[in-house]
Amino acid sequence: MLFSSLLRRRSRLLVALFGIAIGATVLLGLVTLCYDIPRQLRDEFRSYGANLVFVKSGGTGRMTMGELERARAMLPPEELVGFAPFRYESVRNNMLPYTAAGTDFEAVKKTSPYWRVEGRMPERGEILLGADAAEATGLVPGSAMALDGRNEKQERYEKEFVVSGTVATGGAEDGFLFVNLPDMEEMTGEPDRADLAEASLSADAEKLNFLSRAVKNALPGVDPKPVARVTRSEETVMTKLTSLVYLVTLVVLLLTMICVATTMMTVVLERRREIGLKKALGADNKRVAKEFLAEGLVLGIFGGLLGSFLGLLFSRMVSVSVFGRALAPEPALIPLTVAVSALVTVIACLVPVRRAVDVEPALVLRGE
Amino acid sequence: MTENMMEIRDVSKIYGPLRALKNISLDVPPGQWLAVMGSSGSGKTTLMNIMGCLDTPSLGEVTLDGVRLAKLSPGELTAIRREAIGLIFQQFHLIGYLTALENVMVAQFYHSMVDEAEAFDALKKVGLGDRAKHLPRQLSGGEQQRVCIARALINHPKLILADEPTGNLDETNEGTVMEILHDLHDAGSTIVLVTHAPEVASHAERIIVLEHGRLVSDNAGKNGPPPADPAKSPGAAPANEAVGEASDDGAAIGDDAAVKAANAASDPGGLNPTK
Repeated sequence: MLFSSLLRRRSRLLVALFGIAIGATVLLGLVTLCYDIPRQLRDEFRSYGANLVFVKSGGTGRMTMGELERARAMLPPEELVGFAPFRYESVRNNMLPYTAAGTDFEAVKKTSPYWRVEGRMPERGEILLGADAAEATGLVPGSAMALDGRNEKQERYEKEFVVSGTVATGGAEDGFLFVNLPDMEEMTGEPDRADLAEASLSADAEKLNFLSRAVKNALPGVDPKPVARVTRSEETVMTKLTSLVYLVTLVVLLLTMICVATTMMTVVLERRREIGLKKALGADNKRVAKEFLAEGLVLGIFGGLLGSFLGLLFSRMVSVSVFGRALAPEPALIPLTVAVSALVTVIACLVPVRRAVDVEPALVLRGE
Repeated sequence: MTENMMEIRDVSKIYGPLRALKNISLDVPPGQWLAVMGSSGSGKTTLMNIMGCLDTPSLGEVTLDGVRLAKLSPGELTAIRREAIGLIFQQFHLIGYLTALENVMVAQFYHSMVDEAEAFDALKKVGLGDRAKHLPRQLSGGEQQRVCIARALINHPKLILADEPTGNLDETNEGTVMEILHDLHDAGSTIVLVTHAPEVASHAERIIVLEHGRLVSDNAGKNGPPPADPAKSPGAAPANEAVGEASDDGAAIGDDAAVKAANAASDPGGLNPTK
């Protein structure tokens, strides 16, 4: 009888139902985005470069490649965007000193997506010039470039490279020369060593701190350091965004509650006679209250279900249009949304129910 | 002395400055069909509210089937109403979004549990077996009133209270409804019928008249037409309507005449209608 009662009074309750559904839509949509935005943004933030660097403990000396490999293995693969080792060496070209860096360019593309390369990344035997170095040497892609210096055993070496391109990094690296790691090892005669490794992880600051502590404990020779500048700005933006979304959600829930409360209040006013009649027929206050709350509950559940469906569509649309990719819906959020909708509706019904309970049964006899 | 279905002793009802009922005393034996007459403002609705356990008297004592009502809480009154009272309304008060059958079942629902077959039987008894699935708006006024009667009877009440049951009906439907009430009376039901229409009241075996909250006439113990049958003085009721509840002493002349006639002929035992 409750259902047929709801069905036959469509129009009024549809207003409440849609109110709840819209509330639930925004609730689920925003919370889904809230879940997803950090993930989306973290990927975006990864374009700002490495957020975790590894150096030798104590600040001097070099890490072995074995140590670095073990450190890398401790990072969760699904969050690891890139991992690039760097070996630095002082070299000379035409009697002028430069810093040369040997690295893995495939990895650098991932850890430093912001590098603007003119020409191309170097192959074996080729060299990439930082923008400042390119200006200083006056070399262009295709030019030959000879580097000389002393290796570990203090023996002189000299090696010819071909310039593959130039790179603008916007940082101190603009004065560097970049070669492939094996070329660097060949020049220095010291294989399997790195001064620094850069890792780019799609993890938040807390996770980064946790990971760096874990690596530090496991590998005494390696000192991991989260890049505070990057991680901190990430966290600030994220915190502001999420609190904004939660605030909006809260406001929407409040509005939903007001909508439901006013609708139910109207329903109670419209049905005063019916309530009076039911009381005259022997319904006690508890019964009357229960009926209204049950109606509210049914409304809340159906509104919540409808809103969940719409909310998934909504969050998907926002995700596609803002971040350019579909998000994975969080199934656990649907029952949560329905439960919150039902709760909000029932709370919103409390004041109207109080009014309903106060209706005098005697009014049915007054010929109102 | 046989136990009365309802005993009313010195009942007064006071709403702020207004005394809607003044020291009413009345016994209703089981099986009696009592008509309560009076103009609007005479207190008959208040009396009916009290008899129907919808309201409590300010002063005095009411006993329904041996249960004293004055000391009961609203919740207990609700329970008595559920168990013992069948209400028939002038406005029918059917729930608009429920079918005739469901409207009858509502009373079962609040009483104990729904029994569709029994509800359907009740509708058949009032001649609506073929209209059970109709919504109230698809029913005529007379049919709606019969649904209301079926609903009032479904829980076998001890007392049937009918408040102007024919007030919104045409003559034909009035006849049908009065016939049903006659059948109920013949079957032994106690009926209290509140009306301002003399021809409706004349169906009852006893008529009391209220005026400004006082019981001014009672033909208890007499059978046949009431002595002060206002049908013979048709000016009485409209005059009353005009005066309303203006003042205690402002009764219309025609009304007074009817009262005096009623007093002269009624049983003088116990009831003193002097103002």
